[in-house]
Formats: sequence, structure tokens, C-alpha cells
Amino acid sequence: MREAAQVLVDAVSVGGLYALTALGIGMIFGVMRLVNFAHADLITFAGYAILLFFAQSTALAVVGAALAAIVLALITERAAFRPLRGANPETLLVSSFAVSFFLEKTLIMVVGARPKGVDFLPGLARQVDVAGVRLQLLHLVTIAISLALLAGTTWLLRATRLGLEMRAAAENFQMAEALGVRANRVIAAAFAISGLLAAAVACMIVAQTGLVQPRMGLQLVVIAFVGTVIGGLGSLPGAAIGGFFVGVGSILLQALLPEALRPFREAFVFVAVALVLIVRPLGLFPSRSLRQRV
Amino acid sequence: MSVRSEAVLRVEDLTIRYESVTAVKDATFEVGEGEIVAIIGPNGAGKSSLLSAITAIAPRARGRIEICERSTDGVPRSEIVRLGAALVPEGRQIFTSLSVIENLKLGATIRRDGEIASDLEAVFAEFPVLAERRRQMAGLLSGGEQQMLAIGRALMSRPRLLMLDEPSLGLAPMAIARVYDKLTTIRSRGVAILVAEQNAARAFAVADRVLIMSHGRFSLSGRPDEIKAHRDFDGAYFGVMMSGASWS
Repeated sequence: MREAAQVLVDAVSVGGLYALTALGIGMIFGVMRLVNFAHADLITFAGYAILLFFAQSTALAVVGAALAAIVLALITERAAFRPLRGANPETLLVSSFAVSFFLEKTLIMVVGARPKGVDFLPGLARQVDVAGVRLQLLHLVTIAISLALLAGTTWLLRATRLGLEMRAAAENFQMAEALGVRANRVIAAAFAISGLLAAAVACMIVAQTGLVQPRMGLQLVVIAFVGTVIGGLGSLPGAAIGGFFVGVGSILLQALLPEALRPFREAFVFVAVALVLIVRPLGLFPSRSLRQRV
Repeated sequence: MSVRSEAVLRVEDLTIRYESVTAVKDATFEVGEGEIVAIIGPNGAGKSSLLSAITAIAPRARGRIEICERSTDGVPRSEIVRLGAALVPEGRQIFTSLSVIENLKLGATIRRDGEIASDLEAVFAEFPVLAERRRQMAGLLSGGEQQMLAIGRALMSRPRLLMLDEPSLGLAPMAIARVYDKLTTIRSRGVAILVAEQNAARAFAVADRVLIMSHGRFSLSGRPDEIKAHRDFDGAYFGVMMSGASWS
């Protein structure tokens, strides 16, 4: 029973990270139909910003990570994706791979390919007693931060003018522009938010693993992207929920599968994904705008 | 064409080409303040291309467009409405995943004044069916209601010119009548209207001036009664005869 509770908390905290990553990807897909694999590098660069600053102060490391990811997100938008605006999704996808490779290799050239240890937020590495169950404080903090960011993003989208413009642009960009919505502003805002979400994920991943390495973002983004597909591309709640379930699912499989099969848990995740897509080809929460295009 | 003090829309020698196909050739016309102008022609005559060029959606090959005395050369799509011209597009294009009130608020995107809330109430007073459903997803509205929403949304920008592309398309006769009733009301408040229509009868009934378009050219223009009396009308409308006669 206790073990079950521990596994569950672990699973939910990982689910939260995937939900935030999927939301970051979904945000960009919503406004410009770009599947941004360079989101991985936003996470990675934020991780290295933590490496750079964590010795000075935790606050500096967090702010540094946020700035690094947001600035990098805005630069990739301006330099790589803005000239391709309105291009077909395949072109955008390939260009996001190119941007991602470029950033990753540049990073390796500058800092090397080896993982580096980061003793970030060591205070969260202890256990706490909650109703007789010993839980990792870091897991609880991760869950709290994920919930706070999901709530914050929801608030921004639902209750602000910018959020309304973003939702309108996600459904019908051309009409939103005809009403006076400025494309540059909405898209830059989406990139900035996705950068902020990437930085938060980086902080929690680095605290959990104690490592940074040039490919740290990639695995996360691939799995989170699968989450957005399950949730239904183009739907933001769908992305968050899909990402959450993929994360939870992979941790539960890790805990429940027999030892010999654990290295293959991702195969089981992808089988589950295939089953979902056979039943619901457009995902669990298909977006209306996408359905019209199909 | 009558001379007016100020035109809210002035189009001169406009030519629109899609690759090698010329959609509109040498179109020249004006919409004066508080005037209803209808562009009538069969499907494919170039009406939508014309409106698309005015709203900076379609590129133009040649010509000059002025909205409220300001040229639209190099003006991006999002700024056209800031010049004073709001669009009710073909197929309505409301945001189906957003609520009715959110659609209307988007119409006020360009505004930062404090009267948006009172304008919202004014739209709800004008279109009571929208008021009843203000929190509903707009995609659940009927076709006629969606057309009202698209018009209300355009009005939220406080335009001096309202442009409608095929507002009667796909609507029941009752709904069409309501749409054209509203256009008369809107004009009475000083908003000029440019409407592109296949449905000639409706447009003739409300328009101050009618332009008949076929094969990308204006073949006739004038007051509705003048046009109807003209011997070339049938030919001009159906594009069988290209008399080229333009008179007013």
C-alpha cells in the first residue's frame, strides 16, 4: 500500500513534467502548426544555464534558466521559423529538426558531450512523512509546480486579451489577423511561454537527476510529443492530459513490468499509443480547426 | 459615378492575378460615406478576389486601394481593420471553439478605449439571439445566427466601412431577409457598406449603387433601378455579352 502510494506520487510528478513539455509543444503547434522539436534544446539550454549559475545562488540559476530558454525560443522564432510562416507543416517540422540539430551540436562543440553533475536544490532530495507514507519532497514540489504552471497557463489563455487572441489564432489565423490580431505578437508570446515552460521542466529534471547533458531534452520531447498526439494535436488541454498520461504510464510500467521487460517499457507505451490512435485517430480531444482541415 | 466629399474606399485600376490567371482587371470604384454599394456577379466573376485584395489577403498585380483616404500599399492584413474597414468574410469564419462573447470581444481587438463593454451590450441589444447565447460555443449557433455573430463581431471594431462577402450564402430566405434588414440599420448609423453577392435580388433592394461584375470586369454600374432597366443587364450579369458599357 505504501509502496503503491510512493509509485503513484512518482508517476504523477513525472506525468506533470511531460504535461508541461507537451503543453509547450502544443502551444506552438496551435498558433503556427509547427511541431517544434527544438523545444528539446530549450530544455537543454536551460539546464546548462542552471549548471552555470547554481553555485552562486538558486534564484540566479532559476532566473538564468528561464531567460536562457525564453531568449533562445524567441531567437529561433525570429531567425528560423518566421521566414517559414505559412509554409506547410512538413517543411516546418523538418526545419525544427534542423534547428534542433544545430543547437545540440553547437552546444556539444562548446561544452562537450559528457554529462556534468549539478547539485541543484539538494534541500529537496529528502523524504517527508505524509500520513505515514514516506515521500520524496522533490516529487511533491514537482507536482505543485506543475499544477501551478498549468493553472497559470490556463488563466493566461482564458482570462487575458493575449490569451483570447492566441486561442483565436490557433483556430483560424487568417481570420484573427483580419480582426487586427498581430501575428508577430501572438507567435512571439507563444514561443516565450513555451520557453518558460521548458525552463521549469529543466529545473525539475536537473534537480531530480543531478545531471545535465546535451541530449537531456530530446527524450522528454519525443515522449511528450507522443502525448500531444494522443491528446489531439491542436488542443491544449488535450496536450497537457496526453502528456500527463504518457508520463504516468511509463513510470507505472517501470514499476509493474517484470524486471526482464523493463528496458522495453517504451515499447509498451508506444503500443498503448497505437491502440489509442486506432480507436481515435485524431486523439482523445481533437481540435475543431484540425478536424475541418482533414 | 457621383462625386462625393470623402470616399471610405477608393479602388483605382486594380488588377489581381493568380499566376497566369487574371481574376480582376482594371477595377475602379468608390464607396462614399454612409453608402451601400453592391457588387453583383456570378460565381467566379472576381468579387471575392476583389474583397481579398482590399483586405490584403490576396496580392494585387497592379492598382491602388485607399481606405479612409489612406493607401493600403504595404499594409499587412492585421492593420486593414485599423484603417477603418471591417470584414464579414465568406463562410462567416466565426471562431467555433470560442464562446459568442469571446468572438465579439475579438472584434474589438484593435480598441483600447473604455467603451468596449457598452458596445458589447449594444450588439446584444441589436441581436437578441446572441445575447441569449453569449456563453455558448459559437459553433453551436445556426447558420443565420453565425452570420449575425460575424456582423456583430465586425461592428465591434467601430468600422467606417463594413465589407460583406456573400452574406446570404447557405442561409434560409428568412435569415437572408434578417441580414439585409440589419444592413439597412447599420447604414443608418453612418457606416458605409460594400457587399459582394450572387443573390442579385436582395442586393438590388438595399443598395444605393450596384456594380455588375463578370469575368473580372465591371460591365455595368449605376443605381439599381437604372441597372434593371438597362437592356444589357441580363447579358452583363450572366457574362454572356461583354458590352463594356459603363454608365451612371
